[in-house]
Amino acid sequence: MSAITFAQHLLTGISLGGAYALIAIGYTMVYGILRLINFAHGDIFMISGYFMIFAMASFPWYIAIPIVLIGTVILGVVIEKVAYRPLRSAPRMSIMISAIGVSYLLQNLATYLFTAIPKAYPEIPFLKKIFSFGGISASLVTLVTPILTIVLVILLIQLINHTKIGMAMRAVSKDTEASRLMGIKVDSTISMTFIIGSFLAGIGAVLYFTDRMTVYPYSGSLPGLKCFVAAVLGGIGSIPGAVIGGFIIGICETFLVALGYSTFSDAFTFLLLIVILLVRPTGLFGEAASDKV
Amino acid sequence: MKKRLATVVAALSLAAMMTAGAAADDNVVKIGVFEPLTGENGGGGVQEAQAAEYANEIRPTVTVDGVEYKVELDVVDNKSDKTEAVTAAQKLVSDGVSAVIGTYGSGCAIAAGPTFAEAKVPAIGASCTNPQVTLGCDYYFRVCFLDPFQGSVMAQYAYDEGITKVAVISQLGDDYSAGLANFFVKKFTELGGQVVTEQQFQTNQSDFKAILTEVKASEAEAIFAPSSITTAPLLIKQARELGIEATFMAGDTWYNSTIIENAGADYAEGMVCSTFFDEADTSSEVTSNFVAGYKEWLNADSSRIEKNGGNDAIVGNSALLFDAYNVACDAIEAAGSLDGEAIKEALAGIESEGVTGKITFDENGDAEKDTAYIDIVEGGAFKFLKTVTVQ
Amino acid sequence: MSKKTTRDLVLSILLAGLVCAILAYFQADSSAHSYAISIIERSVIYAVVAVAMNLLNGFTGLFSLGQAGFMAIGAYVTAVLTIPVEMRQSVYYMNGIAGWLENLSLPMVPAMILGGLFAAGAAALIGIPVLRLKSDYLAIATLGFAEIIRALLAAPVMDKITNGSYGLNNIPGFKNMFQPIILAAVCIAIMVLLINSSYGRAFKAIREDDVAAEAMGINLFRHKELSFVISSFFTGMAGGMLAVFMRSIDTKTFQVMLTYNILLIVVLGGIGSVTGSIIGSFLINGGQEWLRFLDDSSFTIGGAAIPLFKPGFRMVIYSVLLMVVVLFWRRGIMGTSEFTWDGLFNLFKRKKNKKSSAGGEV
Repeated sequence: MSAITFAQHLLTGISLGGAYALIAIGYTMVYGILRLINFAHGDIFMISGYFMIFAMASFPWYIAIPIVLIGTVILGVVIEKVAYRPLRSAPRMSIMISAIGVSYLLQNLATYLFTAIPKAYPEIPFLKKIFSFGGISASLVTLVTPILTIVLVILLIQLINHTKIGMAMRAVSKDTEASRLMGIKVDSTISMTFIIGSFLAGIGAVLYFTDRMTVYPYSGSLPGLKCFVAAVLGGIGSIPGAVIGGFIIGICETFLVALGYSTFSDAFTFLLLIVILLVRPTGLFGEAASDKV
Repeated sequence: MKKRLATVVAALSLAAMMTAGAAADDNVVKIGVFEPLTGENGGGGVQEAQAAEYANEIRPTVTVDGVEYKVELDVVDNKSDKTEAVTAAQKLVSDGVSAVIGTYGSGCAIAAGPTFAEAKVPAIGASCTNPQVTLGCDYYFRVCFLDPFQGSVMAQYAYDEGITKVAVISQLGDDYSAGLANFFVKKFTELGGQVVTEQQFQTNQSDFKAILTEVKASEAEAIFAPSSITTAPLLIKQARELGIEATFMAGDTWYNSTIIENAGADYAEGMVCSTFFDEADTSSEVTSNFVAGYKEWLNADSSRIEKNGGNDAIVGNSALLFDAYNVACDAIEAAGSLDGEAIKEALAGIESEGVTGKITFDENGDAEKDTAYIDIVEGGAFKFLKTVTVQ
Repeated sequence: MSKKTTRDLVLSILLAGLVCAILAYFQADSSAHSYAISIIERSVIYAVVAVAMNLLNGFTGLFSLGQAGFMAIGAYVTAVLTIPVEMRQSVYYMNGIAGWLENLSLPMVPAMILGGLFAAGAAALIGIPVLRLKSDYLAIATLGFAEIIRALLAAPVMDKITNGSYGLNNIPGFKNMFQPIILAAVCIAIMVLLINSSYGRAFKAIREDDVAAEAMGINLFRHKELSFVISSFFTGMAGGMLAVFMRSIDTKTFQVMLTYNILLIVVLGGIGSVTGSIIGSFLINGGQEWLRFLDDSSFTIGGAAIPLFKPGFRMVIYSVLLMVVVLFWRRGIMGTSEFTWDGLFNLFKRKKNKKSSAGGEV
């Protein structure tokens, strides 16, 4: 593998990792607060891709993107209200089944509404500009993805560390009951988590699908699971951890495919998960917690 | 309450199961249309199902032993999925079809073959080019040429054009794609060319940058990438984005104008593929009648145009399915019976002047065809380049 | 013998006789009823997996999502060993078949049992690390293992054994519909015996409270592992039956979606009820075909085309159903109770009582 080829793979991997990181944040935040693997998160990401197709049909991209983001956020919040909130006191298995049910529903709904045939994702002209630099050639989106990811994560960390709502989130994830007693509106804090998670998933969808050009009903399920692994790898509840986990998985996956092991690229992610759970269940940056594993 | 409801539902579903399987009408002969209407090969399957509808309009009846029978199409969706294909085939068998036409995509045809064979229902494939379709199954026939032939044709073409370094990309788990790639590699290396890299991707993969980066590093002059209609534009676009300028070559699936549309005319320029049929070829009367008639039929209804891929260009698989339908009808008439076994016997001796050329079957049930068309994309449209004959 | 048990016995025998009569009617003209037969066969196979999943999720309280992977193991072992020797060259035409495997073949049932044993073996290995995890981590880890199994089966290094990603075909099918039904009945009966044994009670104790169970002297890990291995054995068996039923398999069959479908059956039937799982399986599989009209855009009610009806609508209904069950009707059809004749009669009695007490209410 020559240096240029290596650099090209690395760029592809970092770009993929950036998109993964944005989705992984959604998992890590929801798990941090609700102790729930939001199986539907990957499918929210997929539906966001479909939203974009319809938004771009009638609006230019700079109007379409905000519409899509709003739509994605609404979807995320509605799912929380309808499928998770009524089960807050139910056994954990029921909430998980509910999450799987939502994922199943979104996939089947997408198949029904848009057919299983992959749909072409609209092109955002400026993101699709091709640049080349010393033998490396890619579209602009490849470069924009990781940069935007880093910027958004820095903003998010500021929000969590320095605002009132951020403080509420930290409190709820530490101890829901105690924070309720302290006068924190737990339900609206949880909604806020879903808003942020879905918003980032929406941005991730724009970047991811612009790069891949098609959306189909299952395009969210595997990336979704991988991003959950990224969140576990980084340490569940830790935002920088989720981002680093996302990059690690994106880069590893790209190199596995490049080396001709494309069949193992998905299996590798899960192997990583199991190794992490056994060796260091708190992940790279997670806090120790007794009841998680 | 709830339990009672459940009991009622259970009783109903049992009743429904018992009444499943319709009674056959006296003067109706059923032909099964076995196609992927959804899933990865949905695009091609819908085109074929549509051609069956047209063929049925042109030839609505068959005469068996002096009695006129109405031909009824029984369309089932095999969802481009090998396991669904078996269920769909069973549905056709229990519906009592006399013959089956289709399917697009060799994988489903191979999977469903044993079901048809067991029920003694002959099936006539239109565009399933993998050798296994007919080799392992006495009841599967087909009107198109085979992958080894097609692979050799493309290898011969590449070699004739003076290309010596080719990269091959194929889809894991897809009999059509992998088969074509295998036969291409065999023939091309035999001729003295060099296959510089062989890459594989998975079904529904949409990110090809990693494998294309390897292709780029291999400095191939051409890329042979037999794959589905949905994959093709992605491969082309992403290759161009990575700065790969090699010519794309592929098999019959790529003879489909939706690919040019989705990939963009600039990017698709120069792409070469083999095909069964070329609508500009007017040497045969049967062909030109079909082209004119089918175009008119498509244009009569905008939904037909949409299903055909947004325009009235006639793709190879539509023409082949039209032939398959006619061969099926011919065989039923020749057999003088609606019995599957008799129709199968009749098929072996059939001789039919089809849209895609004269059709006779060899001992495996394959059409004896030795000519392929090669088309190239120029100015955003397919242009006939030459015919290649391989002995 | 009390009057009641005699009645129940008579009713059970009558029911069994009726079922046999219906089955014999189908079997007598199997080609005309092949569609109905295929639905029944699929239902009994799914019922085995559902009961096996229930053994783990419902009775032991281990939320595992690895069913598809274990089914894949069973299916592949069965398929590889039962494909007729003379067909093998043509099945493995792409890559060839490994020499040691070329003439190795087993009859159907032993092959299935071997498939189940392979699945159980894999489960035993996986269980050691994974069963230490709890609830959702266990779920995602088992789901991950199912994906790893799938990837291994499809890997190019396995080409000569599993035919890689090309799948296997020409698997000899069931000779008649009684074969799968008897096999499934035996599998389910063994699981029921297990559930009613002292092991079963230990499983339930772990489900209710693992700390208390451990305090009572139940070896947690040993029992969890046992439950996991036995469940996987029967899941593997059912995988083998599925392979024989489908006659053609590839790794795409055994995706996460398959596990979700089985989960739907278990949840609908009631987590913790064997009869619930069996009823659920027949409802879902029967409904799957019976509701096919929902996918047909040409279907009309009173001459009016329903614009909602187009391919995929059926699955939407199913997923909504799953959500409704989870949100509003968490106990499913049977809850944790089993089917009894008393229960059935009470059902109608209650209806009568209600009617008389409610007076004119419609």
